[in-house]
Amino acid sequence: MMARKSPWPLIAMALWLAALALTPVVLGNYEVRIAISIAMFTALALSWNIIGGFTGYPSFSTAAFYGIGCYVGALAQRSGVPAALAWLAAAAFVGGVSFLIGAIVLRLKGHYFAIGSIALVDISRLVVSSWGEVTGGGNGLNVPLLQGRPPEVSALVLYVMLGIMAAAFLANVLVDRSRLGFGLRCIEQNEDAADMVGIDTTRYKIAAYVLSAVFPGAVGAVYASWVGYIDPTDSFDILTTVKVPVMAMLGGAGTLLGPVVGAVSFVLLEEIFWANFLEWNRAIMGAIVVALIFFLPGGILKLDWRAILRRPSRRKAAERKPG
Amino acid sequence: MGFAQILANGVVLGTLYACIAIGFSLVWGVLNVINMLHGSFIVLGGYLTYFAWAYTGISPVLILPVVAVLLFGLGYALQYLFINKVVSAPVLTTLTLTFGLDMILYNLMTVFFTATPRRVSMDFGRLEFWGVAMPVDRLIGMGLALLLTALLFVVLRTSRIGRAIVAVRMDREAAALMGIKVNHIYAVTFGIAALMAGAAGSVFAMVFPVTTNLSGVFLGKAFVICVIGGLGGVSGALAGGLALGIIESFAGVLVGPQNAITIGFVLMLVLLIVRPQGLVGVKGYE
Repeated sequence: MMARKSPWPLIAMALWLAALALTPVVLGNYEVRIAISIAMFTALALSWNIIGGFTGYPSFSTAAFYGIGCYVGALAQRSGVPAALAWLAAAAFVGGVSFLIGAIVLRLKGHYFAIGSIALVDISRLVVSSWGEVTGGGNGLNVPLLQGRPPEVSALVLYVMLGIMAAAFLANVLVDRSRLGFGLRCIEQNEDAADMVGIDTTRYKIAAYVLSAVFPGAVGAVYASWVGYIDPTDSFDILTTVKVPVMAMLGGAGTLLGPVVGAVSFVLLEEIFWANFLEWNRAIMGAIVVALIFFLPGGILKLDWRAILRRPSRRKAAERKPG
Repeated sequence: MGFAQILANGVVLGTLYACIAIGFSLVWGVLNVINMLHGSFIVLGGYLTYFAWAYTGISPVLILPVVAVLLFGLGYALQYLFINKVVSAPVLTTLTLTFGLDMILYNLMTVFFTATPRRVSMDFGRLEFWGVAMPVDRLIGMGLALLLTALLFVVLRTSRIGRAIVAVRMDREAAALMGIKVNHIYAVTFGIAALMAGAAGSVFAMVFPVTTNLSGVFLGKAFVICVIGGLGGVSGALAGGLALGIIESFAGVLVGPQNAITIGFVLMLVLLIVRPQGLVGVKGYE
């Protein structure tokens, strides 16, 4: 059934993880902060890839999972649970929530699924902001800070985020090489046909949805511990929920390394534009999204680099011919 | 507050909602595109009306048509230049594209208009009838919203371009074979949607303060109304808008305004599952 898969994505990812892990040793605080951002968004984009890339479902619920993770982690820590346990609890809780929600919203397709998944972000935000006694409502919540000097804390956060990123990548690799991944790709091609040949589409889709939720849940909880304060508008941000699929598409959705390449490119671009054009930041990111749709429909990895590199010489050859 | 008062508030709100959602529904139904720009179009209409009113003092009712024409031009251009190129791509692509365009428009608005809430304040006093008190500006807003809705209904029903839009919605290929320029019709449809959004923003600015942060709220309302009412034309948006307005009005009194919004979204999710064609929508537009 399965062709032998190339080992190169795994090797590339191992090298990239090692490089990011070295930042606290060789570079300063600012670079470590960027490395954390990269690890965070890579984990989010890789998670989205399972439902959005492999399965082809236009899911925009990443921010709901991430935000619920923020709050579950924060609330667990506030009631005295150790940080590491709170992060795991957040991932498990979000996994459970996504299982229940998935059983409902995955019956929808296309535009209706897209709308439903965006509505999940809105509903979660509204519930969290109106449930003031527990969540602090619009005032937000303070989260116990991690123990240690600031550089140690950020190094710790970076390693945890890298761990989640590696786990999300492994999940992608395993899905890609398993029966599950094969089934998901069938669903992406033609769901009715997949159903007809005996793939339990409902179970497969729910599995993909849960896998796309647990890592954002963990990322949210770790983020909450890192920054020490969360609020509903920041945790359930509609911008995050669209940014993550954009990253995956920028690199190449449905591939293993696409979300990784996309996330790092996007985070670095955003960093440059934040630093230099604060007022126009949003417009510039919007322009990049528009450019992505028109000029990179398959993502960076699907570009035919050889053709691009060969073009100048071919042009020369073409010029020579008529003469 | 009496029952009649709550109902009246809901109906007034509902007509405004219908006006907000109608363009969104049209684009979704005809182009099969989820237009993330819709909320910002409404805000833009509101701001343009406010500033035109603040600087010239002309009645906002006269400014409204000008704003509507401007928004039509913007919508037509955006569709013709950008969205038409990918209009038949999967929803992920078209939604992301309109979201990218929305980021640009949103940024432009915050830079040029700032995010200060603006409202065209005209004090007309209030009317009392059958034990219901209603500010006159809201009644004017409701009248304008109904007028716009009726106008669109007539245009879609009787005009040549309206029939062409309906034809493209029913069967794009057949419409193209009948000599309809589909790309032009798409752009006109998107233009009309932007026009309705801008006009709705004008009306809104006469009744409530408008700010850029509301664009997401308006967009969310459009989602909910379209799903509740169903895609399929003016009647769906009107039914969905009225339903949402009345539900929010009653829920606001019973469980508080914050939870009323949540109820709207939850209702939408439930309807998505059990009746995706909406209250009055026609099956087959899914």
